[in-house]
This record gives sequence, C-alpha cells and structure tokens, in this order.
Amino acid sequence: MRFSGLKVLKEGLTGNKGWGPHWRNPEPKAEYDIVLIGGGGHGLATAHYLAKVHGLTNVAVLEKGYLGGGNVGRNTTIVRANYMQPGNSEFYSHSLKLWEGLEEDLNYNVMHSQRGIINLFHSDGQRDAFARRGNMMIGEGDDAILLDNAGVRKELPYLDFDQTRFPVYGGLYHKRGGTARHDAVAWGFARSASDRGVDLIQQCEVTGIDVVNGVVKGVQTTRGPIRAKKVGMVAAGRSSQVAAMAGLTLPIESHILQAFVTEGLKPIIDHVITYGMGHFYISQSDKGGLVFGGDLDMYSSYAARGNLPMAEHVVEAAMTLMPAIGKAKMLRSWGGIMDMSPDGSFIMDRTDIKGLYFNGGWCYGGFKATPGSGNAFAHLLATDNPHPTTVRHRLDRFRTGVGIMDEESTGSQHNLH
Amino acid sequence: MRLPCPICGERDHREFYYQGADVMLHRPDPDAGEAAWDDYLYLRANVPGDHHELWSHDAGCGAWLRVSRNTVTHEVTGAELATEVKR
Repeated sequence: MRFSGLKVLKEGLTGNKGWGPHWRNPEPKAEYDIVLIGGGGHGLATAHYLAKVHGLTNVAVLEKGYLGGGNVGRNTTIVRANYMQPGNSEFYSHSLKLWEGLEEDLNYNVMHSQRGIINLFHSDGQRDAFARRGNMMIGEGDDAILLDNAGVRKELPYLDFDQTRFPVYGGLYHKRGGTARHDAVAWGFARSASDRGVDLIQQCEVTGIDVVNGVVKGVQTTRGPIRAKKVGMVAAGRSSQVAAMAGLTLPIESHILQAFVTEGLKPIIDHVITYGMGHFYISQSDKGGLVFGGDLDMYSSYAARGNLPMAEHVVEAAMTLMPAIGKAKMLRSWGGIMDMSPDGSFIMDRTDIKGLYFNGGWCYGGFKATPGSGNAFAHLLATDNPHPTTVRHRLDRFRTGVGIMDEESTGSQHNLH
Repeated sequence: MRLPCPICGERDHREFYYQGADVMLHRPDPDAGEAAWDDYLYLRANVPGDHHELWSHDAGCGAWLRVSRNTVTHEVTGAELATEVKR
C-alpha cells in the first residue's frame, strides 16, 4: 500500500474505494527463527530493524489483539531526549536521532513534529537543576537552551506570569523535542516489517512459553503451537504475565497513568510545555485537541482508567498555569497500564533462559523510545549482545544493586517514580 | 476509591500513602542473601486481580493497613491493621 498526492486526489474523487491493507495477514507458520510476543510499537519496531538492519525476516510478531492497540495507541505522543543518567542519556539521544530519520526510513508520514519542549521552572533551586540537566543534554550532543522569564514570555505569552505562588522563573527549551502521530508510528513500522517478510499475526494470544532444560523452544498460542529459536518478550504493560509463562518473576509493578484530551480548538499551544510546580504537561494535537496529563495515580492497577483525584490535580495545575484553556471542554480521559520498574528506567536484557529475551519496564517513557527500543532489541536478538546504548539496562541490576538508574533521584522502589 | 480503615472508617484514598505489595511485611534477615532481599524489595508477582497491599493512613490515624483490592476493577474488599496481620 503506497500513497501519493495523485492517488489521494484520485481516491478522493472516486469514493476512496481503491485503498488496500497496509500489511499482509498471514497464517502462522509452524516455526520461526525469532518470535516476538507483542505487536505494539516496540514489537513492530523490533521487527522492522531485525529485517532492515540484520536481514532477519523469518520472524513473527504475535499480537493478542490488533496491531498498535495497546499503549502505543494510548499515550500523549511526546518525543524528547532530555535525560541525565548515564545509560538513559545515550539511549534516548540515540532514539531521537532515529526519530529524525524515521519518516524517510519507513517512507511513512508519522507526523513527527519537532515543535520544542519547554520545561518551566519556578525557583532558584529548580533553575540550577534544569541548568545542570541542560548541560548534561548538551554533553550528550543534544540541544538545550536555558530561557529566563523574558525568554519564556516571548515563546509562551499566554501563560499566567502574574501568579504569585509559583512565578515562572524561566524554562529549559529542548528544540528538537516534540510530538509524533502515535498510531502512524505503529502502522509505519508494521508496513515496513510486513513488506520485508515479517509475519504480523493478530488475534494470536500467547498462552505458554515452551522451555526445555533451560532453553526456549517456542510458544503456545490460541492459534496453535509455534516453534522458535529465539523469543523476545516485548509486551510492556503486561510484561509480568508474559514472563510468568516462562516461570520468571520480574521487578515490575503495574501502575496507572491518566491522560486527557479536549475538543478541537484553534491553534494556541505551539510547544510541549511542562509545569515545574505540579505534575502537568500539555501539547496540542494537529486536530486541535489539547492533550495533557500528569503523574501516576500512585497505586498498583491494571484498570485502563484512573480515579478522580489525579484528574482534579492535573486540571488544577492546568488552570494555575494557563487559565486561558479553562473553558475548553474535556472530551476523553483514559488510563494506560505502566510497567513500573523500581528505578524508573527500562530493562532490556537476556534472561536466565537461553534464547529468551526481555524488553519492558518502560514506566511512562515508552513512546519516545519506540525506534531506539526496536533498534536496540533487534541488535540484542540478532547478536546476543546488548546494543551500545542499552548495556546498562540489565535485568539483574536490582538484585546486585549495581548500575541502578534512578533518573528522578527518588529511590529505588516501584511506587516512587 | 475509598479505603475502609479499621480505626477511622471508610475514607477517601487521598488520605493514604500506597507502599506496595504486602510481601514487604516479611522482611528477611540481614544476612538472608541477595535472592531473599531481591524478592522482598523488587520482584513482584504483579498479577491482575486480587491484590494484598500496604497503605499508610498518613492523613488519619497513621496506622499501616493491609488492604485487599482488585487491581482490575479497583474494588476494595477489606482492610486490616498490618500489626494484626503480623501477629
């Protein structure tokens, strides 16, 4: 399935009857070299890079629902590389560079928009912290500009600068940050992987992982058994259940993160903005809806919805920072299920079972990682060695206490990030 | 979500601090080894459905509670004092 201006015009005039599916819908084969459990953004990206970078196409992606129906279709679409911890810093930098070439790589419009992210700060101490973060970002080769109050006023004139409780001192401006069209990212990776020969198998739930003498042999599914030389678990949000099928217990607790979207409005917010004195961030989608969110609800949950107190907190923070949006009507709110690792950083590693690999624990940072995660996980699956940007993201770092990446400096505990 | 504190009665969950799964009631010996401490601090069954977990009634009586809650529906089916559970 290809697109062109001429084709869009022709289809528009002839009732849009000539569009075909973006990917094949194959029956599962009895055996593959590599089976990926999970057809979300990261699974599809892994399939794309396995085929493109490593030439491995005897690969299946098994998805229990439909492609891109999980967290890749339920996030707030932000793409950035403003991390500070060694490990996360180089990984997200790598991922952002892949984003910047992604549309060309996939020949697919993922609407990647580098509109810039401004993290506001509201005290001298917070300014120092953001100055340090900005220096770390520049040190990694990414971009950061420290704006003072006047600088923020120039970019974001509609904020309430006169609020006395938490005046805006300035902001850290990451110009290469922005947003992307989340569904298109999944679809673009899916089309590319399928075109290169990867089998994307939907409505195929993995019900068991076959392990014999510590070696993975394949998976049991609702569409029959599938043998595999290697199996990659890439089902963040449901990682614990997938790993349990192989007898593994993970250092992960699932939490709920809410997001909200308003009716479509005329353009008002050009950037992604985060508020430093309450957990609140916002951007405006290309359809005009204000897309915003805040912190975790902060208790273990598998419900794809949250509770009202966090919704109230987020809306209060929004009204404090930008009362102008107060009359916008909220259309939808929802919750995503987050794999919370103890230190707030992801895990990508081999397991104790030969041929079984794990990619998960993305906390609330999975979307921006999509290309980087796929690229690095494909490297791990193909070569049995971690990609240079994920050498620190070991599964055993909690047990050993070595190499914990506590990005928020809050402590290494599931409920603190 | 409202939690039934055995001391204060049913209260808004904002009065409570969530700690995590109730495996934290069973602290291993200091020299129990890496695996035991890994289980205690980090590894979680994390099964969807019925969950036993620790909450502290910070804005109330200050007691630690072991709450039974369904993580899929958020239905709370009970709460007891952690000191009673440990006894």
